[in-house]
Amino acid sequence: MSVENAEHGGGGFAIDPMHQFEIKTYFPLQLGSIDASFTNSSLFMVIAAALLTILMLAGMSRRAMVPGRLQSIVELSYEFIANMLRDNVGTAGLRFFPFVFTLFMFILALNLLGMIPYSFTVTSHIIVTFALAFFIFIGVTILGFAVHGFGFFKFFVPHGVPAYLLPLVVPIEVVSYLTRPISLSVRLFANMMAGHTVLKVFAGFVIALGAFGYLPGLLPLAFMVALTGLEVLVAALQAYVFAILTCIYLNDALHMH
Amino acid sequence: MPQLEFHTFVPQLVWLVIVFGYLYVMMSRVALPRIATVLEERRDRIADDLDQAEQFKRQTDEAIEAYEKALAEARAKAHEIAQETRDRLHEETERQRLAIEARLAEKIAEAEKQIATTKEAALANVRTVAVDVADAIVAQLLGEADRSATERAVDTELK
Repeated sequence: MSVENAEHGGGGFAIDPMHQFEIKTYFPLQLGSIDASFTNSSLFMVIAAALLTILMLAGMSRRAMVPGRLQSIVELSYEFIANMLRDNVGTAGLRFFPFVFTLFMFILALNLLGMIPYSFTVTSHIIVTFALAFFIFIGVTILGFAVHGFGFFKFFVPHGVPAYLLPLVVPIEVVSYLTRPISLSVRLFANMMAGHTVLKVFAGFVIALGAFGYLPGLLPLAFMVALTGLEVLVAALQAYVFAILTCIYLNDALHMH
Repeated sequence: MPQLEFHTFVPQLVWLVIVFGYLYVMMSRVALPRIATVLEERRDRIADDLDQAEQFKRQTDEAIEAYEKALAEARAKAHEIAQETRDRLHEETERQRLAIEARLAEKIAEAEKQIATTKEAALANVRTVAVDVADAIVAQLLGEADRSATERAVDTELK
């Protein structure tokens, strides 16, 4: 979210709430035919990775038998994801623990970094969330076929459905399976974008109504404070939802319901 | 809508792959094994400590059991000694009592014999005195007395 463009429209009131999502290129970079420019999105991904690296390495630097604060954070997140995998996938899912852990911590870091004013929310871009979701979708599908062979197609034929309903149910199952990457990515992207847009709109109200005195300006400001709290919750919750849906998809691929 | 500016997609994807790839390697190779080791060590340590505590408790229980056994034995022994002493004292008392009684009976018998002797002597003296008195009375009354006749008369009376 950024507030720096209050005068974006020139008149002072016309605020573009979508401006905060713009990708700004810092260093144009071309790798062969691929555009690998370093943008604000890249910057915040790198910051998230750096913070996570510092957290993990500093947290575990003492390897204390009785953990301190930082080590507790690291250990709690470890056990949180490990338990999530165990509960939803079973011990077979622990093979994918590093991936789910990285995914959760990365999304959580990006979401929370986005809550800092003037920062950029990487997960508010559909291409990023879709790439993650699509990767998971492809990976889970390959895993399903690798484990069950062509028997994985039985996944689309639910147990206990009368035969005459199958022509209806099977296409529904297939479509719902194929839309997984879309629902997974849009859920995260839309939540982040909507939250930050609403915050920005209210920020605009603070400026607009503030012109009429302190009191009219304070009202939307109070709203913003409450919404910021809510958005922090959403940031954590959406990272959790993304991770737990990944677990559920993994479970489907490994155990077919 | 900046999210749909397609020319920004490729750089975002490139950096997503780079950063996520780096994070995955860092987590799976470095960070997570470290955490796993620490958690494992802690679990082992806790299990060890619990085992040790269990062992100590068992030792304590054994010591208490041994102590109680020793106490019971000592109590039984003390009881036995007391009983023995009581029996011995009882026996001794009985023996002494019997000895004293025997001695007393002997003394009584001796005393009775002495009394009988004394009584006999006294009775013998009574005759002499009676003869003397009778003789004196007869002499007083008749002027003269026949000693042997008096003796006969006394003997007759004493029979």
